[in-house]
Amino acid sequence: MGKRDTLRFYLNGHLHQVSPASVTQTVLEYLREHLRLTGTKEGCAEGDCGACTVTEASLAGNGQVAYSAVNACIRFLPTLDGKAIWTVEALSGANGLLHPVQQAMIDHHGSQCGFCTPGFVMSMYTMYQKGLRAPTREQVLEHLSGNLCRCTGYRPIIDAAQNMGSYPIAGADHDLVRRQLETLSAQCRDTLELETPGQHYIAPTTTFELAGLLQDNPHAILLAGGTDAGLWVTKQLKKLDSIIYLGNVAELTHIQRVAGQLKIGAAVLLNDGYEAIAAEYPEATELWKRFASMPIRNAGTLVGNVANGSPIGDSAPFLIAIGAHVVLRKGGHSRILALEDLYLDYRKQDRAPGEFIEALLVPLRIPGMQVATYKLSKRFDQDISAVCSAYALKLENGKVASLRIAHGGMAATARRALHTEQALLGRHWQEAPVRLGMVAMPQDYQPMTDMRASSAYRLKAAQNLLYRFYLESTGGVRTRV
Amino acid sequence: MHDRSHQTVGRSIAHESAPLHVSGTALYTDDIPETHGTLHAAFGLSERAHARISLMNLDAVRKAPGVVAVITLADVPGQKYLGPFLNDEPVFADGVTEYLGQPLFAVAAISRDLARRAVKLASVDYDDLDRTLTVQEAAAREHYVLPPVRIRRGDIHAVLAQAPQRHQGEVRCGGQEQFYLEGQIAYAVPGENHEMHVHCSTQHPSEMQFMVAHVLQQPAHTVNVECRRMGGGFGGKESQSWPCATVAALLARRTGKPVKLRLDRDDDFLMTGKRHDFRSLYDVAYTDDGQILGIVFEHQLRCGYSADLSGPVADRQIFHTDNTYYLDTFDILSLRLKTNTQSNTAFRGFGGPQGILAIEYVIDDIAIRLGKDPLDVRKLNFYGRAERNVTPYAMTVEDNVIHELVDQLEASSDYRLRRAGIEQFNRGSRIVKKGLALVPVKFGISFTATHLNQAGALLHIYTDGSVLINHGGTEMGQGLNTKVAQVVAEELGLDIARVRVSAADTSKVSNTSATAASSGTDLNGKAAQDAAQKVKNALVAYAADHYGVAPSEVNFRSDRVFCGDKAMLDFAEFVQQAYNARVPLWSSGFYRTPKIHYDFKTLTGRPFYYFVYCAACSEVMIDTLTGESRLLRADILYDAGRSLNPAVDRGQIEGGFIQGAGWLTTEELWWDDAGRLMTHAPSTYKIPSISDCPPILNVQFFDNGNAEDNLHRSKAVGEPPLPAAISVLLAIRDAIRATAGPGVIPTLNAPATPERILEALASVSGSSAADARSAEESATQAGASVHETGEVVAGPVSSYE
Repeated sequence: MGKRDTLRFYLNGHLHQVSPASVTQTVLEYLREHLRLTGTKEGCAEGDCGACTVTEASLAGNGQVAYSAVNACIRFLPTLDGKAIWTVEALSGANGLLHPVQQAMIDHHGSQCGFCTPGFVMSMYTMYQKGLRAPTREQVLEHLSGNLCRCTGYRPIIDAAQNMGSYPIAGADHDLVRRQLETLSAQCRDTLELETPGQHYIAPTTTFELAGLLQDNPHAILLAGGTDAGLWVTKQLKKLDSIIYLGNVAELTHIQRVAGQLKIGAAVLLNDGYEAIAAEYPEATELWKRFASMPIRNAGTLVGNVANGSPIGDSAPFLIAIGAHVVLRKGGHSRILALEDLYLDYRKQDRAPGEFIEALLVPLRIPGMQVATYKLSKRFDQDISAVCSAYALKLENGKVASLRIAHGGMAATARRALHTEQALLGRHWQEAPVRLGMVAMPQDYQPMTDMRASSAYRLKAAQNLLYRFYLESTGGVRTRV
Repeated sequence: MHDRSHQTVGRSIAHESAPLHVSGTALYTDDIPETHGTLHAAFGLSERAHARISLMNLDAVRKAPGVVAVITLADVPGQKYLGPFLNDEPVFADGVTEYLGQPLFAVAAISRDLARRAVKLASVDYDDLDRTLTVQEAAAREHYVLPPVRIRRGDIHAVLAQAPQRHQGEVRCGGQEQFYLEGQIAYAVPGENHEMHVHCSTQHPSEMQFMVAHVLQQPAHTVNVECRRMGGGFGGKESQSWPCATVAALLARRTGKPVKLRLDRDDDFLMTGKRHDFRSLYDVAYTDDGQILGIVFEHQLRCGYSADLSGPVADRQIFHTDNTYYLDTFDILSLRLKTNTQSNTAFRGFGGPQGILAIEYVIDDIAIRLGKDPLDVRKLNFYGRAERNVTPYAMTVEDNVIHELVDQLEASSDYRLRRAGIEQFNRGSRIVKKGLALVPVKFGISFTATHLNQAGALLHIYTDGSVLINHGGTEMGQGLNTKVAQVVAEELGLDIARVRVSAADTSKVSNTSATAASSGTDLNGKAAQDAAQKVKNALVAYAADHYGVAPSEVNFRSDRVFCGDKAMLDFAEFVQQAYNARVPLWSSGFYRTPKIHYDFKTLTGRPFYYFVYCAACSEVMIDTLTGESRLLRADILYDAGRSLNPAVDRGQIEGGFIQGAGWLTTEELWWDDAGRLMTHAPSTYKIPSISDCPPILNVQFFDNGNAEDNLHRSKAVGEPPLPAAISVLLAIRDAIRATAGPGVIPTLNAPATPERILEALASVSGSSAADARSAEESATQAGASVHETGEVVAGPVSSYE
């Protein structure tokens, strides 16, 4: 297979062929500093404020165009290869007529200082392109969860978003976009390889190629959504010298049902992966909606979150509780490991150099299994958990036949509460034994104090969340605000 | 509309920049096309909170790729110490670092990325000095940036000694980062003969002009500072835009090139000051009904390492310690504490919210002690109209509408019905509890420093009939330019499309005050109106003379000029005629606020032209297992006088309210033991996001013209909505109280994060009667007993990331 040294993407309808100055140049830098397209703003350079939001399109598995809002500030330019993006400059027509989302923002007084506004407009435009022209309040909150506004208090923005469909419809030529993306896709079939001073970037197209590259260069950064790696560059000013990008490996973007499990490939986006999990476990839906923000979930991958192995990465506790496994691959060799066994200590994993997580194996629901996962943070949307807990319980004759409890934010890794589980195993699922379980929990965890919460709060809240799970599993008591 | 004769004033006209905002074409400082050869700067920051710098080796920085210049304090040709109040802040650390994040040096390089990378190469050795980080430490050590201030009336000792009821308490409340979406930035472009043109995101162009002139040791007339708009300010760009403005100018002078200095968000958090966090101790005497007889306050305000604006902020805390309540006998002490942290500064409300919060806690405590509805205790203490109407600073409250306003909100929010409903809900709900609070606000409008209450404007009418205005205020999103354009359009009878307000510019309007203290529209609107009236008077005189009509017969309306029955001309045609007749078509305008005076030594006088009144009723729900809370509904009634623009005003009310709710719930500043601010980015510092907007948010205007002759009888709207969000905090406290026995006061400090709420629940658990104890309280206690034996164990990492 041949190789390419130029990336190709559409920006505001125009084809760009680029050899970037640095392979870690961000999309935002390219827009603002190279093209002087200054409508897209930098508010935080870490994907938390949304002032840099742009709309991305790619071809979905069904051949249709899939639109999503993403953060330009932490997105490396080469990862746009084969995609199309739009910035705020593209929205108003040549005649100066504003797009309905723009007019709605004006008519509902949705801008004050205006700095966050292009980001909001692009998140709303993405909804519009997805066909959400008259969204419910819940849909608006979900899609705008990654955009911060310090001026308005959001009410007029919610009104604008809910009313953007009341204007004459702005047609979009989805077919043209699809044809452009199909043409690009044909042109981008080969491996993209970029060299910039002191840096190397390669985007293999098969798992076999990927495995070989990583085996030859075990210290390369494995890049997927870049929602964490982007910050290494924008905040820590690290120079990433060797990057292997996963996003072009088509096999890794699949979700399959095999042998009583969901097999979620390493390049499956958080939103897609969570959707599949929530279809099986609706109890995970709230966690999904509160996992980072919409633009982060549109860019980051589920396996990336698992592989990152943060002590508070919110997917791990639930996946551990329901008994998920990972498929590890090194060269031509694969092995399967229980997720909980992957995490050895703070940022230490049972993963050899050159070995990578090829897929996540999520067991299908076992009849009679009760599950729950809870997230505690200072803010409801887009916050990092102080504590994240998950439970998988099976009762027989009113007694605990099996119970798996896992927490994030309580230790140096996401970890099971083995003493707590043991204290409850075989006992009646009733108030008094549950309290015994709560009392056992300090044997499992000695959490730390940091800016998110104190050790004492984390422990007490984790104990109380077990009580919440007990109350919810037995029903009848309202437990959530 | 309140007045049919008005064409644009009073209408909900969209923000003048809204079409630019939504299309991404509004230019912020970083968007201005860069002049060829522009360099980019970055600061090197202190890594220690308080230390002597024993060695600072910048060789590696100077040799780093792309670096063009490196400067330290020694390279400042002019004044090395600056400050808005005292010159107590060195441009760069002067041998000793006073906080972690203080600038040590700065670099200019050919790109921002290279400048940021270069500053990391500095080699700095520190000898640590004893550091003071918290309010408690600073109060114990009597570390002050400014001397304590005390005001007293009556014999407080006698009142306390003889009181039927007496209560002592304490409240602690955290600070707040402004979190303007656009960070601090300046772009300095050198010109001929030492001229320096600085584009700066600042609320105070004149102060930036003078500070740049001072560091360069040049006359002010060589320095021009311009600000078209800010991406938010909230007080954070009132004084603390100076490090970027001065250092960009210093580097531009040094290199002869244009220099842009834009802070990374993390550096912005680490360098710049925030809202003052504080602790207030109180001792209150009151009647059996709950009327306050006398009160002692000690306000301990954390100012950070320098004075900055802390003096006037602390003064305003005193000025708002009464809120809407008459305090007969009092002794209020204000401590301005020095700590080795960022220098706290202006933030929307400017000490006012801190004063209001303190007295509202006292009222809440009294109500809990007496088992009364807090609203009844509030009403009992309201300022009277003819009596009990003199403030602690000896100003008579002449425009009091708080009784009617609160009565109206009490009715429109269904306060009493919902109070009963919530009690019923709480009886039937074991885990989640609801709470309700209605909090009034009285907010004094004017700069407390009397001389700042002046403004200028410059108005041009061009012969095509278009109008351009400059004024001394800055646009930070609050709609100031929209309102000023409305006022001028009204004066000249023009459609607002003919009127444009352009950038704040020190070469057009000089010696301006900061756009702050909610006064931007009052001052600059009046100045612009004055300019418009002056030009209009000249035009009227011309028309009366030319057409032979009485001046009173010359009217400007609907883009036309009516000269009695003699003539009706299009405005453009008319001004062209006037130009040909050599009538001046431009004028300056000026305004000074009448009636105000104030003795800053005794803190007495009339510091405020008038008061804004408002009130908010908030309903929340809390989870007693986790401490999570949610704002369910807020009703706000606001006295905007005759609103100049209800849509803009509503935006300020809602935005200020939600911002205040953030201050008191999710926004937590957290320093580690070394004095490093660990919540230094939106990943860790959580301002309200879209789900924090309550599903029910009712905003109404109270029908009330300004008793004073303010601009079209309007009232200010910038700051007063923010402290209305104290209702959210007190509603949370009310929900916590629902778990406690009678008379038990929850210890709830702000911000009311889930952790603080759970602590507050623990502070009252066990207080209810044993037979009423519910299962979840036992569960909470099980947790509590474990928690007491649990040690805080430091993990292997500095935080879970």
